[in-house]
Amino acid sequence: MGSILGLARARSGSTGGTIWLAASGLVALLVLAPILTLVATATRSSGDLWPHLISYVLPHALSQTGLMLAGVSVIVVSVGTGSAWLVTAYDFPLRRLFEWALLLPLAIPTYIIAFAYLDLMHPIGPVQGLLRALFDLRPRDLRFLEMRSLIGCIFVLGVVLYPYVYLFARAMFLMQAASMVDAARMLGSSQMGVFFRIALPMARPAIAIGTSLALMEALNDIGASEFLGVQTLTVSIYATWINRTSMPGAAQIAIAMLVVVVALIMVERLARRRQRYAAEASRARRLEPIRLRGGWALLAPLLCFIPVMLGFLAPAGYLANEALERLSFAGFSPVLVRETLNTMLLSAIATTVVVACGLVVAFAARQSSLGLLLLRLASLGYAVPGTVLAIGLLWPMAAVDDALNRLGLVSGMFLSGSVAALVYAYGARFLAISAGGIEAGLARIPPSFDQAARMLGRTSTGTLRAIHLPLVRPALVTAALLVFVDCMKELPATLLLRPLAFETLATHLYGEAARGTYEDGAIAAILIVLFGLIPVILLARLSRQEA
Amino acid sequence: MTIANAPGNWMRGALLAGAALLAAQPALADEVNIYTTREPGLIQPLLDAFTKSTGIEVKTVALKEGLAERVASEGANSPADVLMTVDIGNLVDLVDAGVTQPVKSDALEAAIPANLRDADGNWFALSLRARVLYADKDLTDLTSFTYEELADPKWQDKVCIRSGKHPYNIALIATMIAKDGAEKTEVWLKGVKDNLARPAAGGDRDVARDIMGDICSVGLANSYYVGLMRSGRGGPEQEDWGRAIKVILPTFADGSGTQVNVSGAAVAKNAPNRDSAVKLLEYLVSDEAQGIYASANYEYPVKPGAPVDPIIEALGPLKVEAIQLTEIAANRKQAAELVDKVGFDE
Repeated sequence: MGSILGLARARSGSTGGTIWLAASGLVALLVLAPILTLVATATRSSGDLWPHLISYVLPHALSQTGLMLAGVSVIVVSVGTGSAWLVTAYDFPLRRLFEWALLLPLAIPTYIIAFAYLDLMHPIGPVQGLLRALFDLRPRDLRFLEMRSLIGCIFVLGVVLYPYVYLFARAMFLMQAASMVDAARMLGSSQMGVFFRIALPMARPAIAIGTSLALMEALNDIGASEFLGVQTLTVSIYATWINRTSMPGAAQIAIAMLVVVVALIMVERLARRRQRYAAEASRARRLEPIRLRGGWALLAPLLCFIPVMLGFLAPAGYLANEALERLSFAGFSPVLVRETLNTMLLSAIATTVVVACGLVVAFAARQSSLGLLLLRLASLGYAVPGTVLAIGLLWPMAAVDDALNRLGLVSGMFLSGSVAALVYAYGARFLAISAGGIEAGLARIPPSFDQAARMLGRTSTGTLRAIHLPLVRPALVTAALLVFVDCMKELPATLLLRPLAFETLATHLYGEAARGTYEDGAIAAILIVLFGLIPVILLARLSRQEA
Repeated sequence: MTIANAPGNWMRGALLAGAALLAAQPALADEVNIYTTREPGLIQPLLDAFTKSTGIEVKTVALKEGLAERVASEGANSPADVLMTVDIGNLVDLVDAGVTQPVKSDALEAAIPANLRDADGNWFALSLRARVLYADKDLTDLTSFTYEELADPKWQDKVCIRSGKHPYNIALIATMIAKDGAEKTEVWLKGVKDNLARPAAGGDRDVARDIMGDICSVGLANSYYVGLMRSGRGGPEQEDWGRAIKVILPTFADGSGTQVNVSGAAVAKNAPNRDSAVKLLEYLVSDEAQGIYASANYEYPVKPGAPVDPIIEALGPLKVEAIQLTEIAANRKQAAELVDKVGFDE
């Protein structure tokens, strides 16, 4: 979502600026098209639906969603921020390993971690088997290990979503904490005092953006929450649409949810409106990590190991084991090679488009407050559940196809039911990540640089090439890698919009899973995780170079 | 590549790669396009056999939700020829969305009993599956069962079932409404809810696995999963699940029969290959295809007298509940409301 640093916007009314603004407006319009379709759908009558929803559905759905988000935010904020601080402020054995290993859970989709944990924690699974053997218990004594519960859902979402916070918080700690932290330490502040009174408040914008990304993933999740039987708002939207065949009703709930999300984001922004987060443009002197000794040197790696194990090693190890069993039992299906290629190519194209659009939108936002508004609008797609957004895309795309047919440019469908439809859907959904990330990167460049370049006769586009692009490169690559992983994992929109006879790893996995057991899809699942690791590891290398 | 001039190159690259992906799908003269919500693995053997016997190429896209919306939005440009889905509710939804067309075919009418197809030929059932009871195999006294008994307090904390909102359960509740009225059905549903051992979630096979894991003792699930598990086709683990249960074909308390739901198909309104589409439907009710439904998917064939798989036959004779499918479809909304009202999934 929005900026980390809401400073540094040089306002400019030149013609170059107008072109950027127009381009940004076009991107925002494309992202808004499916949402506007939903709004139009929502204005249609949903009959006697709302009295029923208010009496029987919404109270429970709202409380479940609220509790789920609260629980997930506790996990992602504490684990994400805590681990980021540990690996930046302290030095301990294996620190450099954990610096990147803490990102690994990003490679695991929520719908995969949910079934992995259901299996791991099932009475006939390994964890309960071990506990029962050790303590001579019966399955009914171990009911508390049931994953099909709100707690189970919070747990699985928390352990795969905390890297969003870790990534942003760590970048912030690396970027700006050094001088202040040194001052606090010299003035005799305790270790805890430095963290809670200096580092944490200063990292708040970064933590806010990471947390809002994680919470929006959690809010829109259908894979884990439906599978684990948690009746969230998103699950209710689906039920309204499917069981009541009431698309207007589903759209109404989705729009209401979107309004609440936007309101929450605005409240958070307002709450820190008076604070200014100045960043140092030159590479800040790096925070000197304190070397931990004795028991602390053992405790710190252990603390870092726990989230890596829960969010990555345990589920990935489980999948690897299942995949090996499947390989010996059913063999390797050659179509998986093609599906892997499809997945990678599609994600690469979509990432390119999403990052290019993000750059346009973020650059326009730097130049005017209208541009900033367009950036916020273009980021709304992330706050709408994937399938709902995809449904909203069907009609605008059909309208474009119709127009192209009328103009005689194509015959039949060009956009609908093509790979382009998927690229469009990913763009509408993930632009928030690229635009927000790039905007945050641009915000680190002081306006004086822009002014200097313009005074020396550069156009705004020339300034972008000469000043911004080189300086914003790390943020650009970080955004690209995050978007790439998200495209690879995306399932609901891919299922609905993909062309005939076109499968990705995620849809293959769904096809197997739909038959009743997820184990059949273990090979596809482990491939998603393995190829998802590539960008995650690149991301880790990049963040180290930046340091 | 330097970053300064990168965006232009990236765009061109993306367009080229996109064009390559699009072009990778050549159009064939003799083909039929299927939009389906059925599990791709289940229909693939049938489609392969169809291509082998007719030479018509088949292309599919398997969706989860939004089949009717997608076809409707594509309008006259839609490449969809055949729409395949499960459950009478979904079939009726397709007709209501106006994305089907009537088909008149002697072969289809001869093979499919009149109550299992639309009077106007807008949809045709192709196979049947029974909603059966999975029970702990150690419950030796349990030899018969009625759906009503699922609410009996003696099963408290012992029942496993998937989401009450799933079409299979909605259809069962809708049938109950048709038989006993909404009030009695609500009491029953509340009783079943009170008996649940875990939240109503997951899939049908989880019922068998949870019975094996001693989470519950009985539960409702579809008949064909028994075949998939017991045959060992799902691997040795699932074979164990299939062996941990015994299967009873329940009836309603009035003794009328066992709840079945259908899988079916319709020809799309704007089907570009209408003839091939009808050919595919006719093939799917041929003896060969009905045999594949039985042997590869463990479903009950829709064609009277077609053989069932030995594993399914061993479950005992199926007496189909005689209620009209259209009546079930009409009660769906009320059934979904009851599920919300008693908080079945909460």
